[in-house]
Amino acid sequence: MKALLLRDLRLAFRAGGGFGLGLAFFLIVVMLVAFAVGPQAELLSRIAPGVLWIGALLACLLSLDRLLALDFEDGSLDLLATAPLPLEAALSVKALAHWITTGLPLVVVAPALGVLLNLPPQGFAWITIALLVGTPALSVIGTFGAAITVGIKRGGLLLSLLVLPLYVPTLIFGAEVARRGAQGMDVSTPLLMLAGITFGVLACMPFASAAVLRVNLR
Amino acid sequence: MTLTVTDLTIARGGLPVLAGLSFAVSKGQALILRGPNGAGKTTLLRTIAGLQEPIGGAISGAEDQIAYAAHADGLKAMLSVRENLEFWAEVFGQDGVDAAIKTFNLTELGDRLAGTLSAGQKRRLGLARLLVTGRPIWVLDEPTVSLDVASVALFADAVRGHLATGGMALIATHIDLGLEDAQVFDVGPFAATMDTPRGASDEAFL
Repeated sequence: MKALLLRDLRLAFRAGGGFGLGLAFFLIVVMLVAFAVGPQAELLSRIAPGVLWIGALLACLLSLDRLLALDFEDGSLDLLATAPLPLEAALSVKALAHWITTGLPLVVVAPALGVLLNLPPQGFAWITIALLVGTPALSVIGTFGAAITVGIKRGGLLLSLLVLPLYVPTLIFGAEVARRGAQGMDVSTPLLMLAGITFGVLACMPFASAAVLRVNLR
Repeated sequence: MTLTVTDLTIARGGLPVLAGLSFAVSKGQALILRGPNGAGKTTLLRTIAGLQEPIGGAISGAEDQIAYAAHADGLKAMLSVRENLEFWAEVFGQDGVDAAIKTFNLTELGDRLAGTLSAGQKRRLGLARLLVTGRPIWVLDEPTVSLDVASVALFADAVRGHLATGGMALIATHIDLGLEDAQVFDVGPFAATMDTPRGASDEAFL
């Protein structure tokens, strides 16, 4: 398992691996919103938590279609399926590698982008915590979507259509944590719900992903 | 230890392609599969490797014993030759990367990125992967594609070495590898007919 994680991370950081694409995309989406809304500091700070979450969601989505498709094309997915590593574990590790290369950088830069959107200072910690708790779910659900669409030519769009509705609960509670945090309200209920969703998908999704991948590899 | 296939019926895309297959391979033996293009050799090998379910019959002795090599080599273009092999060695919990590199004459290419290799060199690297799996049954689908004469000989030597240590090999190939006592199994006569019972009806949609 460690070997697979290290390989995926190494591939992500080498040329053409796509590390940083999600981050740059996140930055651009947030800047575009700031430009589109214009110089209305009060409005910007109200929509900041939601905009940061939408940006993180789309940035995560951007790299999902490469998650399994590359391994499928060069045949290593077939070989992994016949290796001693259970497919459920292999997919969990790949989701983890995706989160480290895509989700984690978003968590780290979110407060900095919060400044661009005039997010109130007390919200910085909460947007970071909300993304930290919520983005692992995005990677794990995304792996499931990638497993469904693996082998389909131009599966990227289909993948987005399948995965985005599944992101809704995470988005609702994640944005709620960030919004309440920014307004100085109590965040415990949405934060517990967000963590519950993340732990739930971490526990169940790998089995679903492995099952659909086995069907797709036939 | 024996790989036994009994009355096996296999399907591709829900349609039966081969039916009533039975054979056995035991320690130190190689079985060469022959048959025209589209006969179902790849489907048979994928079924034995466990990548798909047979629609009838049984395979025994294959569980967790198989090293599978298909048309695609499963190489990562941005990893070096050595890194590719080290990854698979670690996944299978083995070492012997150096020996595998030497066997397939890849020593000088060890630090090159796999993406910069020629087709034949990539294939040699793909076959070298078999040596770091430590698995006793090699299931190989057209292993000699794009290999030159010298490399085919290297490969045949590797197979002989594997058989000599009690391994087995199941190879679909069209060329003569020069393996002295390999049995040849022609899948042609086992082609499924219209009355071969089909698998579950959902197979066609999966």
